[in-house]
Amino acid sequence: MVGASLAGLSAARSLRKQGFDGRLVVIGDELHRPYDRPPLSKEFLAGTLGEAELALEAQDEDLGAEWLLGARATGLDHARRAVRLADGREVRADGFVIATGAAARALPGSAGLAGVHTLRTLDDARALRDELARGGRLVVIGAGFVGAEVASTAYALGIDVTVVEAAPTPLAGPLGETMGAVVSALHTDHGVRLVCGVGVKGLSGEERVDAVLLEDGRSIPADIVVVGVGARPNVEWLEGSGIALDNGVKCGADGRTSLAGVVAVGDCANWYDPRAGHHRRVEHWTGARERPDAAVAALLAGGAVEPGVPRPPYFWSDQYGVRIQFAGHAAGADSVTVEAGSADGRDVLAVYRRAGDPVAVLGMNQPRLFMRWRKQLAATAS
Amino acid sequence: MIPACRLADLPRGEAHRLDIDPPVSVFHTDDGELFAIDDTCTHQDASLADGWLEGCEVECPLHASKFDLRTGAVDAPPAKLPVRTHEVVVEDGTVYVRLSTDAPNLPPCVTARLAGGPA
Repeated sequence: MVGASLAGLSAARSLRKQGFDGRLVVIGDELHRPYDRPPLSKEFLAGTLGEAELALEAQDEDLGAEWLLGARATGLDHARRAVRLADGREVRADGFVIATGAAARALPGSAGLAGVHTLRTLDDARALRDELARGGRLVVIGAGFVGAEVASTAYALGIDVTVVEAAPTPLAGPLGETMGAVVSALHTDHGVRLVCGVGVKGLSGEERVDAVLLEDGRSIPADIVVVGVGARPNVEWLEGSGIALDNGVKCGADGRTSLAGVVAVGDCANWYDPRAGHHRRVEHWTGARERPDAAVAALLAGGAVEPGVPRPPYFWSDQYGVRIQFAGHAAGADSVTVEAGSADGRDVLAVYRRAGDPVAVLGMNQPRLFMRWRKQLAATAS
Repeated sequence: MIPACRLADLPRGEAHRLDIDPPVSVFHTDDGELFAIDDTCTHQDASLADGWLEGCEVECPLHASKFDLRTGAVDAPPAKLPVRTHEVVVEDGTVYVRLSTDAPNLPPCVTARLAGGPA
């Protein structure tokens, strides 16, 4: 098992649940045991949730695994069935699960400048939390979900926040233009400045950042900058291994890769979506949690099992006290209808349809209705 | 015993939430069985009555931890603690709940609210 976060842990659990009783080695590049990442931009950053509560393993849980933590994989030698580690060690195995996740994209030219953060790991979150505690002006680059959640948390901590987004409408990719505008209006509802449709030219500051420079010539003073411009799959270490790479590890509908005895799960895996007829790399918590079951079944059976139809992808976000939930795929929808609540009331339940069939649903503080629609989506899909 | 609802008003596949503190929900499974558990997920403030009911399990509407309605046990994180189960009695077409005397496993934010702290 290469990767010791949610996808790796879920795969380890699936292996044991499906009866694998052999030796299991889990390799993780971070020093921490598996922890939950969603709270890092929310409760953990706000200081209301401690590190112990982030643990993904139950206290009495024993998977009978050997944990190699703080060990970075640097290569896969398929012929010798071995994973090479940065410290020169080698781990040999009969089967491999690749769950190396994704890394936060950095802003070019921002390396070494104090006060500039990305948020992906527990160590990232500790550093940002400590800095936010000292106060100051925060500029968030990127109004995606991580950026928006950091803005919301920082706002609640009493910090002056500006969010800068290169696209004209934030979240237009995952939510579509109309609902992207509705959800991102939560920033301005709370007096957080939202600057859209202008790119970032660079950062200014000698040792420490002091401003974010925009492409239209504006300069936004900043004591802290959070760069939330997406993530890239951690697959560089697999180059030259012979495994097919294409926006992550290219996988079939059951997580099998181009190499026998190797499956990939989680953010690094680009699974084939039989419904859509093309590959999709899904960076959702729920995908990392649910898909390893199918991948492990395929690994143990050598691919002799027919993968079930996965549930429509689901994610959530908490911003400014509003619970945002989304299931399905917004891309390809030709209409969005408000089925309950209202956009202005920030309690909207919106259904995305293509040719009259529901393909996605968005809820803001509508958990009950959202679940009904989510179940209906799954029923339509299977 | 606390009266919950009329059995006729709780179709199979549905749940009924009792607004007591902490709230309790009665589930009517597709197989016709009745179960009562604490309504609040032990991970975060979410109502399990709004969850995904399948067989004898309900999945939290937010973060996908599944609770066994028979035992209260949770299958996998983010929730780590079980919910309490309560006895269900049906008399003359009315569903009653006999509350457990165990201490509930409420999520940190709800525990703080009940203790009078900030929500």
